[in-house]
This record gives sequence, C-alpha cells and structure tokens, in this order.
Amino acid sequence: MIVAEPKSLDEIKAMVDGYDRVLMVGCGTCVEVCLTGGERSVNLTATALRLARKVDGRDIEVGEQTVIRQCDFEYLDEVKDADKYEAIVSLACGVGIQGIARKFPNTPIFPGVNTTFMGFNEEYGYYTEMCKGCGECILHLTGGVCPVARCAKSLLNGPCGGTNNGKCEIGSDKDCGWVLIYNKMEQLGTLDKFKEINAPKNYGKAGNIRSMDLRK
Amino acid sequence: MGFKEEIQSGNFVVTAEVGPPKGTDISEMKHHIKGLKGKVTALNVTDNQSAVMRICTLAVAKEIMDIGIEPIYQMTCRDRNRLGLQSDLLGAAIMGIKNVLALTGDHPVLGDHKDAKPVFDIESVQLLEVINGLNEGHDMAGLELQGATDFFAGAIVTPESIPFEPQFAKFKKKVNAGAKFFQTQAIYDMPKFMTFMERAKELNVPILAGILLLKSAGMAKYLNKFVAGVSVPQELIDELAPFKGEDALKKGIEIAGNQIAQLKEVCAGVHVMAIGAEDRVPDILAAAGL
Ligand code: SF4
Ligand code: SF4
Repeated sequence: MIVAEPKSLDEIKAMVDGYDRVLMVGCGTCVEVCLTGGERSVNLTATALRLARKVDGRDIEVGEQTVIRQCDFEYLDEVKDADKYEAIVSLACGVGIQGIARKFPNTPIFPGVNTTFMGFNEEYGYYTEMCKGCGECILHLTGGVCPVARCAKSLLNGPCGGTNNGKCEIGSDKDCGWVLIYNKMEQLGTLDKFKEINAPKNYGKAGNIRSMDLRK
Repeated sequence: MGFKEEIQSGNFVVTAEVGPPKGTDISEMKHHIKGLKGKVTALNVTDNQSAVMRICTLAVAKEIMDIGIEPIYQMTCRDRNRLGLQSDLLGAAIMGIKNVLALTGDHPVLGDHKDAKPVFDIESVQLLEVINGLNEGHDMAGLELQGATDFFAGAIVTPESIPFEPQFAKFKKKVNAGAKFFQTQAIYDMPKFMTFMERAKELNVPILAGILLLKSAGMAKYLNKFVAGVSVPQELIDELAPFKGEDALKKGIEIAGNQIAQLKEVCAGVHVMAIGAEDRVPDILAAAGL
C-alpha cells in the first residue's frame, strides 16, 4: 500500500490561511490503513484546525468527507457540495490529491499529508518501505528482498563497507538490505546466484512521466 | 617502476593517502604531499571522503603528479551518474592518471550535506566493469571510444566486516569484475586478518593492508563506536591510554610500525592512512624497518 504521514497542523493552517470555508476530504484505502487519511484522521485534523483558528479569533468552517479512493474518478464522483467551499484539503496520497485537483479544476487543493513510500503493514502503526516502482523487478535475483528499496544506496551486488552487524550505515535502527538478501538466499540455498554480477539497472524504466496503456 | 609494475613484480609496496581540503588553500596539503615524495609508491586521493564536500579528486591528483608522485584516483559512485563517472575517467586518462580505486562511497547522510540526493546510479562492482570496458575501448552504452583508456583498477575490502560472508562474497565479485589490487579498510585484529588472508589466497590478487594511525586512546574508542568494520582490540587501547598528545602519537606510530612489520611477509603491501599526520608517514615506515 501507499504510506503517507500527516502534515503538521501548523503547516495545514498556514496553507489555508486565506480561506474561511474549506472541505477536508479523506481517502478510505491505503492512507486509511496507515492511520493518516481515513475518516477518523479527517475528523481529528478538521477539529484541530477549527480549534486553532478559533484561538486566532478567525473561525473557519471545515466540511468533512471521506471517499473510498481519490485515485479514481469513479469514487471522486461521490464528493458532494464541493462548490460550497473555497478550497479543498486532501488527506490522500499524492495520486489522490492530484485526482481531486483534476475533479475540481477551479478549486485550490492543498495536501494534508506527505506521501512517503510503498510499504508493508508490519503491525498496527508500523510500516516499512518495500518497493520503489523501478519498472524492472529483480526480486528473483535477490531472494525476494528488494535491494532498490531496502538498501540505502540501491546497490545491486552485495553489502557496502558500511554494513554493521546487520544494520545499515545510515542508522543502527535500519536493517542492512544486503544482509537480509544474503541470509534469505542462504536459507533458500541459492547463494550460487549471489556470485553473479548484476548489471546496472535501466533507470529509463524508473523515469518520470510514466504511463501504462492497456486500452488496445 | 610505477605502482602497477611494482605490484606485479611482487615488490612490497607502500601507499598513503591525502584528503583534499575544503577550500582553496592547499599549502598544507602540498606540504604533506611533498613530504611523501620518495617514501611511497603511490598516493591515494580521496573523493569527497566521508561524504564531506572538498576539492575535487582530479584537481588534487594533478597536484600530486606535479610534485612527482603517482596518484591513485579514488572514485565513488555517490556524486555522479554513469555519464559523469565515465567522462571523469576519460579526463583522468588524458591527464596521465593510471590507477583508479573504484568505490561505492559513503551515504550523504554521513557527511556535511545531508540533504543531498544520493546518486548511486552504478556501484563499485559495476564501476570496475565500466573501467574494463573503457580499457577495451567502449563505453557503458557499448559505443566505441576514439582512443581507449589503460587504467590499473583496484577496489577495497573490509576484512573485519560483520557479518563477514556477504562481504567476502562481494570481494570475490570485485575480483571477477576486474579489480587488479585491493586496499583494505583499517585492520587492527591481526589473527582475524591472517584468517582473511588465508581465505583470500585462492583469489590470487595483491592485497595492501590498511594501516590507520592511532593518535590516541580516544580516537581508538571513537573508531570502535562509529566506524563500521573497524575494531581496535582492547590491548591497543590500553597501550595508548597512559599517553597524551605527541607521546600518544609516538605510541601510535610504534603500533603502526609493528603492524606493518608483521604484515611484510603476508601482504603485497600496506596502505597507510595518517589522516592529518601525513608528515609522520616516514616515521611509521622507519618504525616498520622499511
Ligand atoms: S526490484 Fe523494482 S519493482 Fe521489484 S520490488 Fe524492487 S523497486 Fe519494486
Ligand atoms: S549498509 Fe547495507 S543497506 Fe546500508 S547502504 Fe550499505 S549495503 Fe545498503
């Protein structure tokens, strides 16, 4: 799923400073799972924003709605009465935020979250990055552990000199992806594949302005 | 004889390294380089070492050559993509640089520009293959060069890395990718290093043991705490502990000299890292009986 973290109330408040009626729209899929953008988050954020503006002596009206997904016009059709508001704050991932911006092209849209990564739901409240969407999956070469996302340098041929007791040089709270890969390949009995030199990646496939067209 | 010829004829070689300064005043750096003339076979020049921004490697390699020492051009993959790396290699070739040390490079978060975008378009193993390709007359895209390079490429290995097996597997890949010599990360645990050398025998590649000058007990503790793959045994820390300042430095020189003396029969050479005390490298070599 896509993981996002909430923006601070101060930042959201500053973004909507010029408005007195805003609609806050949550997304009920990925960002709901990571406790950032679902109905509950919309309610908490909207309440906090109203309170903060009240303290400033400038009340703000904040409408609350949550749709199943903001990355799809089908669900965006369910957003009601947007024309009654001056601006929209979206608590969806960056895709959803742009989706709602396209749905309401004349309304200013503000991001209420920072979209961070594609990750795994390790346990309630804890998510880890797993994939960078590189466009050229090589998980079969690395024991099912992604070196692009799980090595801090996206190395393709083994651990760097900074690997430290299974942890990464960028922080002792982060597992070294290449030690994970080595251990997994050892477990699978595929270490002979570890010896092969993996070629440089085709970063053309990880480039910008990508699309996929299955319409034919 | 040059560095490559010395190594290939089996002579014990000594390399040291110079870290370019941050800023344009190179008087101290030049003083250090001059002091090493005639004492070392070749001199590494580091590449934004520890991810700290400094003078670029090529410019300093030129200074080293002008003073009359053969440089070993360290190249990391952190700051340049494949176009940048290859074009700098071609530049190095026309400047007369012969030796390249291919490194991945420390992550920017360890350095002084923590917000930098890390590149790592390719990494050390792949860079070695790229250098081979340039030597054969083609670039990474397979296009023919108008004039090939003739680099002597090396790499690094961390013999005290924990866990060791993945590191050793990568070391083998580097040999297969064309590394013709190795310089190691600083080593202190001799028995452990000897075990490493025993295993490395099968690969039949010259290894220069990394000797990092200990300047105080505090520095040794710092290395143990913060530098991955380096572990200074307690005995050495105890040996240094009673001394301060110049006396501690003298003790460190004695320790380094001792290490080198023990390695003479085991390694193809040593790579001495004095970090700011380059003018004492001759003392270390004297202490080693070289
Ligand atoms: S190799 Fe690429 S596609 Fe596969 S998991 Fe890693 S980043 Fe994602
Ligand atoms: S320590 Fe491991 S995860 Fe971190 S950069 Fe090095 S190889 Fe990658």
